[in-house]
Amino acid sequence: MIDPRVNVIDSRLANVKRIIVVSSGKGGVGKSMVATTLALILKDEGYKVGLFDLDFTSPSTHVILNAPVTVPQEDKGIVPVSVKGLKYMSMVYFVGENPAPLRGVDVSNALIELLAVTQWGELDFLIIDMPPGIGDVILDLLRLIKRAEFLIVTTSSLLAFETVKKQVALLCELKASIIGLVENMKQASNINNSIEIEARNVGLRFLGEIVFDSTVETSFGDEVKLLGTSVGRMLKRVVEKDLLVKS
Amino acid sequence: MHEWALAEAILTTAAQIAEKERLKEVTEVTIRIGELQDVEPEILKFALGEIKSDLFKNAKFRLLKAKTELKCRVCGTIWRFKRESLDAATAEAIHFVPEAAHTFVKCPKCGSPDFEIASGRGVWLDSIQGVK
Repeated sequence: MIDPRVNVIDSRLANVKRIIVVSSGKGGVGKSMVATTLALILKDEGYKVGLFDLDFTSPSTHVILNAPVTVPQEDKGIVPVSVKGLKYMSMVYFVGENPAPLRGVDVSNALIELLAVTQWGELDFLIIDMPPGIGDVILDLLRLIKRAEFLIVTTSSLLAFETVKKQVALLCELKASIIGLVENMKQASNINNSIEIEARNVGLRFLGEIVFDSTVETSFGDEVKLLGTSVGRMLKRVVEKDLLVKS
Repeated sequence: MHEWALAEAILTTAAQIAEKERLKEVTEVTIRIGELQDVEPEILKFALGEIKSDLFKNAKFRLLKAKTELKCRVCGTIWRFKRESLDAATAEAIHFVPEAAHTFVKCPKCGSPDFEIASGRGVWLDSIQGVK
């Protein structure tokens, strides 16, 4: 018996120009905030943007967007929900706020299902928010979406960067495209540039640092406030300097 | 209807196999539908008929239902999934993404959500036949 779903994924994403995967070796570094804000900035620039939360067991982009609780519509597949001008898909639409205790095989199956049946249509950018680490989801993405471009997030912690190094080594070994590294939640008092130096030592492009901003959580659900945070301001520079030059 | 997306996946895969096997025409496609996902056979069949290419113009689509068996990883209990016990919203969530079952279905003996979907998850291409 053959699982037919994987064979339709390429055609499902055929009209998506670029797929940017926001990823890290460590949890809690702000991937979801970076992914969501990046999607909103690109939309604000006039691009058609999708946001896909692939953190099935701990999704959080819906909290940042304050996405309404609804059931996606069906039209020859599942239609992403329109949230703040983004085409948005998350596991929360199927499990609500309940826990989704999934083992690796189940995560892979859910990922393949959603890639096979979600009708993204025409997009300039699909932004993917990843779970942490180098487990099933990143391996499946590398297998199923060869043209994914990775944007790596770390904090100033050398422990976080240690896990980033492993992820970068894997991505390089598998010849994946890496846009670069963002250092998130850096304390304003921290003048040390050890992450930038470490990044350069492993051949990783350092895109810049985001200073810790205590207003981030009070900005959830408010697009203007989100774009005005230190995350929004720094990512706007990344979009202009590092992302759009490739378009 | 997301049966259309699955129909497209089935036809794409069957066409790839036909090319590999050098079939000029596909005469029969057998598809197994897991009870857990509860894909609607009539809609799937209709979608297959609507989007099929000339390669499948005389093909018969055989749809077989597969029972869903769940196996608890904690206590080893094996049980048969029963869709009738779910409310409509839960059944629909599992229809979209069968792994949502881990949120809503528990082992009848120990109550654990840690179970294996041993059989009958979703849609599988069982076999194709054709002429060379």
